[in-house]
Amino acid sequence: MARASRAIGDVLLSVENISLGFGGVKALTDISFDIHKGEVRAIIGPNGAGKSSMLNCINGFYHPQQGTITYKGVPRSRMKPHEAAAQGIARTFQNIALFKGMSTLDNIMTGRNLRMKSGLFWQALHWGPALREEIEHRRVVERVIDFLEIQHVRKMPVGQLPYGLQKRVELGRALAAEPELLLLDEPMAGMNIEEKQDMCRFVLDVNDTFGTTICLIEHDMGVVMDISDRVVVLDYGKKIGDGTPEAVKANPDVVAAYLGTAH
Amino acid sequence: MGFFLEVLVGGLLAGVLYSLVALGFVLIFKASGVFNFAQGAMVLTAGLALVRALELTQTKWGWPFGVALAASLLFAAAVMAIVAWAVERFVLRKLVNQDGIILFMATIGVTFFMEGLAQTVFGSDVYPLNMRLPKEPVFLLEWLVEGGILVNELDIWAAVIAGLLVAGLAVFFQRTRVGRALRAVADDHAAAQSVGIPLNQIWFIVWLVAGLVALVAGAVWGSKLGVQFSLSLLALKALPVLILGGFTSVPGAILGGLMIGAGEKLAEVFLGPSMGGGIEIWFAFVLALLFLLVRPQGMFGEKIIERV
Repeated sequence: MARASRAIGDVLLSVENISLGFGGVKALTDISFDIHKGEVRAIIGPNGAGKSSMLNCINGFYHPQQGTITYKGVPRSRMKPHEAAAQGIARTFQNIALFKGMSTLDNIMTGRNLRMKSGLFWQALHWGPALREEIEHRRVVERVIDFLEIQHVRKMPVGQLPYGLQKRVELGRALAAEPELLLLDEPMAGMNIEEKQDMCRFVLDVNDTFGTTICLIEHDMGVVMDISDRVVVLDYGKKIGDGTPEAVKANPDVVAAYLGTAH
Repeated sequence: MGFFLEVLVGGLLAGVLYSLVALGFVLIFKASGVFNFAQGAMVLTAGLALVRALELTQTKWGWPFGVALAASLLFAAAVMAIVAWAVERFVLRKLVNQDGIILFMATIGVTFFMEGLAQTVFGSDVYPLNMRLPKEPVFLLEWLVEGGILVNELDIWAAVIAGLLVAGLAVFFQRTRVGRALRAVADDHAAAQSVGIPLNQIWFIVWLVAGLVALVAGAVWGSKLGVQFSLSLLALKALPVLILGGFTSVPGAILGGLMIGAGEKLAEVFLGPSMGGGIEIWFAFVLALLFLLVRPQGMFGEKIIERV
């Protein structure tokens, strides 16, 4: 692929010896890996391997019992999701989590929530600094809408949109926050071939145009191998592989996890 | 004609008061997806705090009326802020990401607790509340109808206050960042958190706003009926209003309140004699029932779309 030209920077986020359990169930055991600035990092694994749990740890929904997560060189403890968002981590969800009653525009606008600074008073009057600010945020949002090619559904309540478009709106909401690290939980799940291709293109474009670091979970191996720079493989909550797509593909443990070994 | 109008206007003005109570429900439901059974108890608590503080400052400490009223309103608002904080801290925070029905059950618990506590602290008698709002009956529309329509000035004031409140809330919800965040939280807790909306703070704000609406409702109803336990039962009258207007619509709550208010008065006066009277008590609920059969989301509620 002609994507090697992008600059891959320093470590943006590193995960060290993370363990997470729910009661007697070990969701993650002693996982370590890192994400470099500017790369597309994939987490793959069979169902129940702990991929989403891993994402939820990074994003602050779960707090691992052991291990540390270091983001931008600062180890963090028990971070809440909204604090993670404030630090530039945005995400999408496996089962679309949009604000169904609101329009596409408003949904994406919520992504700007953290960047709105003017006081309630001015916002209520819709005048003065608030008006200038609102216009500026709208400009960013319109750019995201253009970028994702969803102009035609701007004013529609997202609950009425088809599945593929909803996924795109969700990506838009995450992008509107102008994140440094974008977490995508199965962005292509349940899509048809065309929708998948579109989504692949958007993910790569985001990475190229904005330099956003992306960490994604995906089941479709073809997609993963095509778009990611490095891949982590999880199975039963343990890490069984890590490296470039080629290296991972050749790893016997990974093949065994996916296909079963011939004994 | 004159008599009909008089009944109608009287009913509409009474309906405004139903709207005020329903508004508190709508706010919390819109912003957190919780049907807040405790709204009636909040009206009672706010009313009690207001009337007792007024009594204390005015008659015991001898403050001039204006100062005493302002201080009492502030005190009652502070009490509602404490209630909002406590509900978030001790109830809602433990129940993040739970089903609506579980949160609903929790608010039933909150209701009993709040009713008991408020009456223990502030007393459980009937307290007349005098905020020196004009109460004289006046004649309106004398140019239109012979003799005019007899209306209580207090009812007109209540309508004005409710109008201002609604305008303020509409602006707050539609225009501000917090308003948008509130709507987001109502739709999806996890997604709201992921875009950086702190759930705890938002819940506090919602309950505070609902508390302030309860304070206004408590003040207005209290002026009319005296502050007493039966205020908390108003919550039940708000239910049909919500079913008519839709649980998520502020204009719906207003219009629903007006319809119920006018409908029950008209029914009582014009249908009552032929049906043996007493219609006023159940009319609202029957109307709500009919609505449920035809249009379950209410007049303005968000349409329920079920994907299969």
